[in-house]
Order: sequence, then C-alpha cells, then structure tokens
Amino acid sequence: MTKLRQIAFYGKGGIGKSTTSQNTLAALVELGQKILIVGCDPKADSTRLILNSKAQDTVLHLAADMGSVEDLELEDVLKTGFKDIKCVESGGPEPGVGCAGRGVITSINFLEENGAYDDVDYVSYDVLGDVVCGGFAMPIRENKAQEIYIVMSGEMMALYAANNIAKGILKYANSGGVRLGGLICNERQTDKELELAEAMAAKLGSKLIHFVPRDNIVQHAELRRQTVIEYAPDSKQAQEYRQLAEKIHANSGQGVIPTPITMDELEEMLMDFGIMQSEEERLAAIAETEAQAG
Amino acid sequence: MPQSADKVLDHAPLFREPEYKEMLENKKVKFECGHPDEMVKDVGEWTKTWEYREKNLARTAATINPAKACQPLGAVFAGAGYEKTMSFVHGSQGCVAYYRSHLSRHFKEPSSCVSSSMTEDAAVFGGLINMVDGLANTKALYDPEMIAVSTTCMAEVIGDDLNSFILQAKEKGSVDTDFDVPFAHTPAFVGSHIDGYDNMQKGILTNFWNKKDAERVADDSINIIPGFDGFAVGNIREMKRVLGEMDITGYTILSDVSDVYDTPSDGEFRMYSGGTKIADIPGALNAKATISMQEYCSKKTLDYCAEKGQETAAFHYPMGVKGTDDFLMKLGELTGKEIPESLRLERGRLIDAMADSQSWLHGKTYAIYGDPDFVYAMAAFIMETGGEPRHCLATNGSKAWAAQMEELLASSPFGKDCQVWAGKDLWHMRSFLNTEPVDILIGSSYGKYLERDTGTPLLRLAFPIFDRHHHHRFPTWFYQGTLTVLVKILDLIFDKLDDETIEPGVTDYSYDLTR
Repeated sequence: MTKLRQIAFYGKGGIGKSTTSQNTLAALVELGQKILIVGCDPKADSTRLILNSKAQDTVLHLAADMGSVEDLELEDVLKTGFKDIKCVESGGPEPGVGCAGRGVITSINFLEENGAYDDVDYVSYDVLGDVVCGGFAMPIRENKAQEIYIVMSGEMMALYAANNIAKGILKYANSGGVRLGGLICNERQTDKELELAEAMAAKLGSKLIHFVPRDNIVQHAELRRQTVIEYAPDSKQAQEYRQLAEKIHANSGQGVIPTPITMDELEEMLMDFGIMQSEEERLAAIAETEAQAG
Repeated sequence: MPQSADKVLDHAPLFREPEYKEMLENKKVKFECGHPDEMVKDVGEWTKTWEYREKNLARTAATINPAKACQPLGAVFAGAGYEKTMSFVHGSQGCVAYYRSHLSRHFKEPSSCVSSSMTEDAAVFGGLINMVDGLANTKALYDPEMIAVSTTCMAEVIGDDLNSFILQAKEKGSVDTDFDVPFAHTPAFVGSHIDGYDNMQKGILTNFWNKKDAERVADDSINIIPGFDGFAVGNIREMKRVLGEMDITGYTILSDVSDVYDTPSDGEFRMYSGGTKIADIPGALNAKATISMQEYCSKKTLDYCAEKGQETAAFHYPMGVKGTDDFLMKLGELTGKEIPESLRLERGRLIDAMADSQSWLHGKTYAIYGDPDFVYAMAAFIMETGGEPRHCLATNGSKAWAAQMEELLASSPFGKDCQVWAGKDLWHMRSFLNTEPVDILIGSSYGKYLERDTGTPLLRLAFPIFDRHHHHRFPTWFYQGTLTVLVKILDLIFDKLDDETIEPGVTDYSYDLTR
C-alpha cells in the first residue's frame, strides 16, 4: 500500500466546493485510488453526489442519539458510494446553537481511532467556509491533510475568503507539514476571471491548479444527485474534472507555504484589474452620472 | 452561648446544643418551605422500591454521582510520576484547582500542577498567548525538567492545537527548543481519568520515542505501566519488592508516583520528589516488552508500544491469588527468571489466611464499584474467598469490559447471581442496594452516602478516599497486598457481627470472644 495521502478542500460557502471536490474525487477513483471523503460541514452535503442520496446519518447526529461517541460503531457512519468511495459526514448542530467546530474535532478523532483511515489511499476533507475557529482547522493540523486546495472564483468575496484560508494554512504550516496545494477556480464568468485567479495564485505564492469552466451539465447532474463523471462520463465537463484529478494526483509534495496578502493589497489588485474602483474613480463616476442627468 | 473559649466544641456537638437545634428548627419552619416530613419520608421509602428502580434505570438525561473523574485528572497523575515534571493544564484555572485538591485530599500531600489560566479573551482568540507565557512562567518559577501539557474542556471546545502551540511557544523563546514538553489532548467531556492517564502516558513516550535520533535497539528489559491507582504509593513500592524477589533489575516503571505522593516531613518542602528518571525514558524504547498493570488505563499506550516493536501484556489490577499468579508467570516468561521460594511461601500464607477465615467469608454478598480493572480484580478475589459479587459497576466501563466481566463471573459458581453494570452511576447503585441488598459495598469515599441511605457497610478500596487517612500507603497488590485486603474485609464482617450481637441480655447470646 502506498502512503496515505490526505487533502482538504476549503472555500467560501456557495462557491461550489462540494460539487467540485466530489466530481474531482469521482475522477480520481478512475485512476485506481481508494478514497475516503470526510465531510466537515454541519449541512452534511459533502457526499451527496457520491452516495446519490440526501444527507446520510452523520457521526454527531448518531452520537447524540446514542448518548456518546463511544457508543458509535464505524459501520454506522461509513457509507459506500460511487465506485466504492467511502463517505462519512461529521454533521453538527443546527444553525444558531452549539459548536460545529468541536464537532469536526470529535468526528475526525472518532474516525482515526476506529480505523476508518486504514486501507485507503486518499482521505479528502471537505470543509465549509473560511477557517473560522480551531475546530475547522482540525484537518490542517499536524499529521492530517498535507495539501489544501482552495476553491474560489473571480468574485471579490471568494478571493477574500481564499486569502483568509491561506492565513489559516500559514499559521499551521510553520509548526506542521500542511501546505497550500493550489487554487481551483470555479468559473463564475466575472471579468478577466482567469487572469485574476492566476494573479491571486501568484500573490499567494501558489499556482492555479485548474480553471473549471461553467457548464450547465453540472446542474443537470446535481439535480439527479450525481457527479458529472457518473451522469455524463463522456461529456466535456467530465474531461475537465479528470484533468483536475490528474493534476491533483501529480501534485503530491508540490505544496507551498502560502504568502497571504493584506486587505489593502487585495483591493489594489482588484483595482489593477479594473474590477473595483478607487475612491477617486468612484466619486468621478458619480459626478459624471450627475452631470449627464443634469 | 454554648460555645466558649475554655471548652471549644467542634461543629457537630455544637449544633446539637439546644440553642442551635431551636435555630435550625425555626429556619426549617419559617424559611425552607419544604414538603411535610411525612411526605419526605414516604417518597424516601418509595425510592427504595423496584418500581423506582425501573424508573431510575430508564433515566437517560442525567447522570447522578458518576463513579469517575475527568481526563485531565488522570493526565496530571501520569505526568506527576516523572522526575521533576510539572503538569501544566492548558485551560481554565478552576479545573486545575480541582485536580490539585482531589489528589491532595486523597494522598494528604501537596499536589503541584499549573494552569495556563485561560479567560474570556483566550476563549475568543485562542490560548496561544497563554501557552507562550505559561510555559515561560512555569520554567522560571518552578524550574521543572519537563512540562507535561494536557487540556481542559475550554481549550478543547475552541480547538486549540497543542502540537502547533507548543512549537510556536518554543519559537517565541518561552522555553528552549530542546526542552521536553510532551502533551496530550484530554477533553474532559470524553471518557474518564483512566483515558487521560493513557493519553498522557502515550504523549510522554511519543515525545521521546519519536525524536529524530530515537531508534529502537531491542534489549531484555521490561517497562511497567502501573495505571491510575489510589493505592499507588503502597502498590508501586510493593511491586518493586516483588521484582526484587524475582531478581529482576532491568525494568523501568513508567510513571512512578510512589515518592511523589509520599514525601517526608523533615523541614524541606519537595516540589518534586522521586519519579521515573527522564534519562530512562528514551532507553525504555529498547525494552523487550511493556506490561500494563491496568488494561483500561493503557490501551492507546500499549498499541503505541506494540507499533514500536515491543511485546505487550495487560493485567487487571493484580489482586488476589490468580491475579498475582498471572502477573508473576508472565514476568517469569518474559525475563526467564524462576519464581522464587519466597514468593511461593507468600502465596501459601495468603491461601492459609483465606482458608482460616473461610467460614466467615463463604456466601457473603458484595456490591463493587470503581475503575474497570479494579472492579474486575476485586470481583475475582471475592470469588476466590467464596464470596458472591452481586453488583459490579463501573461508570467508565465499556461494553468490552462488561463482556470480560461476564466471562470472569461465568468461570466460578460464585459469580452466577452477579449483574454487571457498565456506564451506570452511584444513584443507580443506590437502587440496586435497596432492591437487592448485599452484605458489603466496596468502593470509594463517595460510597458513604450509599452506606447511610441503604445501611450497607462500606469498604474503602478505590480512589478517591478522602475521609479515611493513609490507606494508600499500604499495598493491595500481589499476595502480600491481598492479605491486607482480606484483613479489611474480615474486620468489617466482624465489626458488623459484634454490633449486631452486643446488646446485653438481648442479642449477646453469641457475643463471642473467639470468632
């Protein structure tokens, strides 16, 4: 057996992180890899497309039912989906109560202790949002994920989130082995998106792993609770995900310690690309509009 | 006033003076607004019924008087057993005060342990600064040679990562890079003190055995992990004596608290005393085998030892004849040493004593609670004396433990009426004692309320023992220690018998001088 490789997908909520990761992993399994997906999002939707069903029984939900995590058996939470990909959802509390971060810690400890990581080549964590607390940083601690892939787009808030995630990685990179594997841009058809994504990657000292074009077939597949790989294996989009999977597979050990930028630098970059206006430009634009109206 | 400077009354007799009795009665009538005495009595009686027991067992939402403590207590205990080691608990101060007082109240010794004193800002921003300052202060103030870090709930909930924090603290210069700071995550809301003990033992071994230049060159020595034990002072010393009798010298006790919790009063305060030599830990990697005296205190640690290529063996708190036999035979097998005549004689003497008292022990019934390994050993020994365990309870006992217990109980006719209660608490035990009474209850000081409520005499043999002094100085392990346990049981039986036959002209027809 080859050495266990652990990766994690981070990104702003709603960016298509779970869709991208599941499609990529479905493609990776075609390369003969044995995969375990660990969903670290209380919404528990990180494995829906692989399992072809709505959220499964989560670790925390079952633990709460049974009284404690110690009463839980691995078989209760480990489900097998598309081409034998193993799936676990950590789950967590309803919005507004409890501590989802602690839930992630509890779940990952449970999985490790109960041998869920035995006999797989890849463990992939799917983590919601920015690194907001110690719990959501669990997958990037020492001896966990070696590379982090940030899913982003050309929108400002996605770039902002990507930069924040890079900050989280930096914090742990000095004391452990975690590295930034690269950026994955999910096309939103914003202005100069590819260039911006490449520039952002360069600023972070990393690279743009892949630019995933927008294609409605992803929607069609998703409505059927399938990955594109499963729904339309011969489609162009499936090919894109296969490329991404190959790139990630070949990227082992190529990660870097990221160089996150300040908010000012980020805004400056957006201005350089003409996506955001400076204060003077903004005032000038208002003046011009008013002049025309007057 | 009944109190005067010439004759100072303790609070108990003082409150029995008429002035106080009146005051307390007034308070009850005017301010307590309780239910009528009659009703309190009736409900009290109802709680002794089978009906209430069924309700009690159906309880899911509350634990009442659990017979266990939390993980960091075990971690602090394990850390304390190493030479000049300060236990450092990353988290809030109050928790750490609890570990210190708990250990001090039991051992009647000072218990040194520091906290990183996390407060609200640390809960929001993470406790890195507390770790950086805390390690530096600990080193500067208390000059330890090693700092063993564990965590409280607070640090665990916010997800502080000890590995990363300790490395960053070292980078910031709070302690030297090569200063040993082993660590263990010990969330108090998971498992119990025996898991904390296990985690810290593994943390300490990992700190030394996973160093870059550490390489295992197998030799003939053995490591022994004593486990969390309230009688550790007496038991570890007894173990050293037994190893001496066996002529075994190549051994390392991993976490030896025998001198830590038993310092002399000779005018010098010892913050650190005895303990496993830090210099001995790296070499322990080479050991042929690691033996644990308590299986449930060392599961992860033994797995780790096995990973490193060592043989492992685990016992259940070696009390009783067979418990000791098994341990000695394993020692003999591992070291190639013969069990000497001296130990054979000790065994014979123990059996002789058991036989001498057989008529008083036969058929006595027992309820036992405590840590899983202790309960196992106690039940096994009770059956060796012809006694019948009826209730065996471990709040921190797992399903696997329950299965081991069932197997043990099935091995003797004296075990057939015994029920095993894994995960149950002392309020459950109260129901068991009320509905299916036994002759003797064996447990910790917390059992004194059960003794009061159910009239079952309590034998204090499990941690913590707060209300009796110095028992921990006398061993309960091996043949010699088992003799002490035997005598304690017999004393209780005879005292009870004397009490029941003491009234002149009424019950004293058999108030025998000779029993």
